[in-house]
Amino acid sequence: MFLKNALRAATALSLIVAGSAYAETITIATVNNGDMIRMQGYTGDFTAKTGHDVEWVTLEENVLRQRVTTDISTKGGQFDIMTIGMYETPIWGGNGWLVPLDDLSAEYDVDDILPAMRGGLSHDGTLYAAPFYGESSMVMYRTDLMEKAGLEMPAAPTWEFIREAAAAMDDPGSDTNGVCLRGKAGWGEGGAFITVTANSFGARWFDENWRAQFDQPEWKDALTFFVNLMNDYGPQGYATNGFNENLSLFQQGKCGMWIDATVAASFVTNPNDSTVADKVGFALAPDNGLGKRSNWLWAWALAIPAGTKKEAAAKQFIEWATSKGYIELVAANEGWANVPPGARTSLYANPEYQAVPFAKMTLDSINAADPNNPTVKPVPYVGIQFVAIPEFAGIATEVSQEFSAVYAGQQTVDEALAKAQALTTDAMEAAGY
Amino acid sequence: MARAVTNRQKTINSLAAWAVGLLIFFPILWIFVMSFKAEGDAIKAPLEVLAAPWTLENYGVVQERSDYSRHFVNSVILAFGSTLLGLLVAVPAAWAMAFVPSKRTKDILLWMLSTKMLPAVGVLYPIYLLFIQLGLLDSRAGLVVVLMLINLPIIVWMLYTYFKEIPGEILEAARMDGATLHEEILYVLTPMAIPGMASTVLLNVILAWNEAFWTLNLTAAKAAPLTAFIASYSSPEGLFYAKLSAASTMAIAPILIMGWFSQKQLVRGLTFGAVK
Repeated sequence: MFLKNALRAATALSLIVAGSAYAETITIATVNNGDMIRMQGYTGDFTAKTGHDVEWVTLEENVLRQRVTTDISTKGGQFDIMTIGMYETPIWGGNGWLVPLDDLSAEYDVDDILPAMRGGLSHDGTLYAAPFYGESSMVMYRTDLMEKAGLEMPAAPTWEFIREAAAAMDDPGSDTNGVCLRGKAGWGEGGAFITVTANSFGARWFDENWRAQFDQPEWKDALTFFVNLMNDYGPQGYATNGFNENLSLFQQGKCGMWIDATVAASFVTNPNDSTVADKVGFALAPDNGLGKRSNWLWAWALAIPAGTKKEAAAKQFIEWATSKGYIELVAANEGWANVPPGARTSLYANPEYQAVPFAKMTLDSINAADPNNPTVKPVPYVGIQFVAIPEFAGIATEVSQEFSAVYAGQQTVDEALAKAQALTTDAMEAAGY
Repeated sequence: MARAVTNRQKTINSLAAWAVGLLIFFPILWIFVMSFKAEGDAIKAPLEVLAAPWTLENYGVVQERSDYSRHFVNSVILAFGSTLLGLLVAVPAAWAMAFVPSKRTKDILLWMLSTKMLPAVGVLYPIYLLFIQLGLLDSRAGLVVVLMLINLPIIVWMLYTYFKEIPGEILEAARMDGATLHEEILYVLTPMAIPGMASTVLLNVILAWNEAFWTLNLTAAKAAPLTAFIASYSSPEGLFYAKLSAASTMAIAPILIMGWFSQKQLVRGLTFGAVK
């Protein structure tokens, strides 16, 4: 009898211990955007499948970046999963700050991740973050205004065509700007846009020896073209316009064209928010005949900071959130247009998703981006709209401020490029390059 | 001798005061208006925003998405906890500086104030590392201490100013009647300094309630107050103005209401000693 009771007690105790060890509460730092918020709504599905609870810390992008950088660099351990981008992943992976995602289950099918995304989220061939959704950039244009102008948008336009079309569609009388582009200071805002534009003009941030290249003619050509285009056919005050400002202008019918993130396609075609939802066409980001298009590549991805005590539960969450099953879950409840795009090859092979109007152009734009060969001339860095080195964010923020001052008419192209060259050279020398 | 003020002058002064008041209050009013508009309407031109239909949808979405009550409770604990802890430290300090000053009292006061001039981000890493070592990250206790330390110079300065207005002879009389130091501060000094202490409490509760740098950087899920609640509704991609406005309205409403009801006390305390 005693033995039986002892066995019962031991079994109960072991179950309690095993149960408490299994059911974890993981804390996830994430960014506030539509897809991430939608995922939070489906947390119950993950909890039902695994028993783990999730606590969300949702922050604005810049706050999130500062917050997770502080935590991971000090090994603070506040988060079990961090939402990070393509800029941070290879740097942090190389520093040994992230848990390698090299043992994901066969069911997860890691080979299904789009090659461009997998490459951008890896360091030395090891995946360190799983893409939740990915994006590139493309041209969104008003089909009605294009038709009225007697033009036809090619699937792969040149910058010269964009200029011609902007001139034809620009109509100050009806408050319609030919083209709306980002001019706002910040490496992820106007800085990203002018960098990809410069890529297509043959410019690069650094040569093979990490020397700044703002004193080269390609940068002057790119910046001069951008400034002239926007001064002639862009909205007033474009120096302070970022994604949201241009989104607002386009949705109100005040832009003939808008070149920006592919994720914007779902916003501008949503009849609840956009007055031009049924009049939007898509094309690849423009090039300048040099073999490089001006489109970027970005992914919001989930990574596990090294040192977390809940690594197993965190991996389970990542496998759930970035799986084919999650995409199907969202599609079943909210339709295919609302699934997180740009992460998995199988999504674009799905006939139902192919019916979404911007699906093909999003995939083509992502496939046209190569973070390992971003420029016409060779470069020593990885990244298209950024340079994957820790110093870049600080340098690029300052450079974009100089460029925004040109857009605001406070200085000339030559003055801004000279300052950009000087500050970049100083910062790189100080960093030991 | 009071200067004669004509009716015309009075009207102009009143209009100017109202204009400045409205200008200062306008951003809050606009946040309030936007919070009752659909996302698609909130990005329109101001007149179109006003003409658009009113809706409670944003409040519903915010309630559904976030745990407002948890953030609210954290804000209350952090704001009042740090202020009360600050009073415990500052009352004896201000008493000593006001009634038994040393040669260096003025220097100490200035030094205390100078710590407010240090950019917070300059000490983020040391404090973050300290919090890791002490296991205080994402804890209300740790934040109460940090917020208290941040506001301590202001609390000490304000109390010092009020205490200086109280005649030292009254305290001396209490001592001669056999009051201990504890009794002197608690039963003689404190009742006389109530208006000043009340305004100190109010001002510091407001400052602690609105503090965003440390509350965002030292919290995650458990201790996050309403500043983190607001920060979760800002986004660089997508429409968010209306929901952000609803979240902001919900976050500032309690402190706004408290300020509204206690404004007389606040103004009386802040101007205490300004006119002699």
